Amino acid sequence: MNSGPMRLRYAFDRGRFSLDLDLELPGRGVTGVFGRSGAGKTSLLRCIAGLEAAADAYLEIDGDVLDDSKEHIDVGPHQRRIGAVFQEPRLFDHLTVAANLDYGARRSRAEPIVTFDEVVDLLGISRLLDRRPDGLSGGEAQRVAIGRALLSAPRLVLMDEPLSSLDLERREEILPFLETLHASLPVPMLYVSHQPDEVLRLADYLVVMDEGRVSQHGRLNELLVTGKATGLPEAVVLDGTAARNDGEFVLTEVSTSAGPMWVTSNYAPGTALRLIVRASDVSVTRSAPESSSIQNVLPATITGIRDRDESTALIALAANGSTLLARVTRRAVAELKLATGDGVFAQIKSAAVRKADTSS
Amino acid sequence: MLEPLFLSLRLAAITTVLLLAIATPIAWWLSNARGRLKAPIQAIVALPIVLPPTVLGFYFLVFLSPNTPVGRLWVELTGSTLTFSFTGLVVASLIYSLPFAVQPLQSAFETLGRKEFEAARTLGASRLDAFTSVIVPLSLPGFVSSTVLAFAHTLGEFGVVLMVGGNIPGETRTVSIAIYDHVESLEYGAAHGLSMILLVAAFVILFAMFLFNNRRATA
Repeated sequence: MNSGPMRLRYAFDRGRFSLDLDLELPGRGVTGVFGRSGAGKTSLLRCIAGLEAAADAYLEIDGDVLDDSKEHIDVGPHQRRIGAVFQEPRLFDHLTVAANLDYGARRSRAEPIVTFDEVVDLLGISRLLDRRPDGLSGGEAQRVAIGRALLSAPRLVLMDEPLSSLDLERREEILPFLETLHASLPVPMLYVSHQPDEVLRLADYLVVMDEGRVSQHGRLNELLVTGKATGLPEAVVLDGTAARNDGEFVLTEVSTSAGPMWVTSNYAPGTALRLIVRASDVSVTRSAPESSSIQNVLPATITGIRDRDESTALIALAANGSTLLARVTRRAVAELKLATGDGVFAQIKSAAVRKADTSS
Repeated sequence: MLEPLFLSLRLAAITTVLLLAIATPIAWWLSNARGRLKAPIQAIVALPIVLPPTVLGFYFLVFLSPNTPVGRLWVELTGSTLTFSFTGLVVASLIYSLPFAVQPLQSAFETLGRKEFEAARTLGASRLDAFTSVIVPLSLPGFVSSTVLAFAHTLGEFGVVLMVGGNIPGETRTVSIAIYDHVESLEYGAAHGLSMILLVAAFVILFAMFLFNNRRATA
């Protein structure tokens, strides 16, 4: 689905806390909203959902104006077609899981973005359908809440730290569903988080908030490469698809915009995978290594070098159409006489190229 | 002999139905209100709990008797007076029992919070739809308590009825007035009969309410 950009502007001042932002966001893919707690992320989402009013408000999605304080437009939350997943599941305890899933679908006249069966299948909740919400685990309940929001035929999905109330194990139970959703969701999503790994795994575009203001925004990789998004690791993400498997050594070749990359374990060819390539796992050589244990070697051009601290530097590399980051010592930069514009080879450990890495 | 009992039941039933309609929006608003109006409204709603019924009855007479503007308007519109009539008793009971309908509902709404309501709204439900399809079923014990307390409290009303209703058989002579009359005229048997019915009925109603709400709480 191709939709125009979202335009939004919200500003209010409540003494202790104020919000002031003016953004144009892509009309597709996942936009991560990243920042410390108290940065105004939840307030922003509540404004967009129509649950909170701002003194100055403007929201336009796909040409429809949903908020415009100057024109006294404030479409009710039930008419915005904006699905929301909150920090807690907020399921309706008097209804079964199936009836919870149906709640929004029954009230919607718009074209559904997913079918009931697809959602049940995607989220793995088929055996929960007849149960009551109060008997579900936290992870199960949050999956149902996600499914319920998707089934309400939204044109935008908001997720406000949907994993924050879950322990690490439960989060790992849900993140793969969100990653699958990321690859298949036909409508844009705003995903609020203060967890760097969730942002790396899910976001395409990133808005960094601090004290009610936007401090940075741009495509995820651009912000990662410039290093301006504080709190995020030195890494880039590469979206690709599994091309072929090496059954004997249990590896998968993934075609990415930077070139083919081998990753550990097997994925069915055609599977959409996001690789997180950490700067600390990338090294640089002048000539192509002939016998190295490193599996992935890509020709690249140095586009920038900046010192990280007294002993290490960060090199930005252009490999095909993509940027990689390499962390090397400043002595290596000096000894290899590395400079912007030089052609080099980037070596990436295959084990370091991971789908959905969480061990930061 | 049972006429006063049926009159009281009719009064309590009508009052309760009207009260639920009035108390629900007040309780919903109070459960989420933060502004300056909250405390004064709460105080007004709670007044009948602390005031002697005679005070309520007195002001009712002062403001609603046929020689006041409101009372005169009512007579012109309906042809009957608000004081010393069944309608007058209903109006007085609404005020007298209001806190007993509002408070259980308000505390049920406060316990529940607005989270489910907001979720329902983002799923496409209008305010009324979200309220009836989510809030009402999730606050059912509050509605049961409100209904029972408003009904039972109206049933046991005495002072206000005496002040504004007088003692007109079939119109304002409720069961509590009748019991009083029986005792005054030393008809202890008749007083006993009515009193025992009220005592047993009140116990059964309250017992059923607590049983229902406890089950819900542990389910």
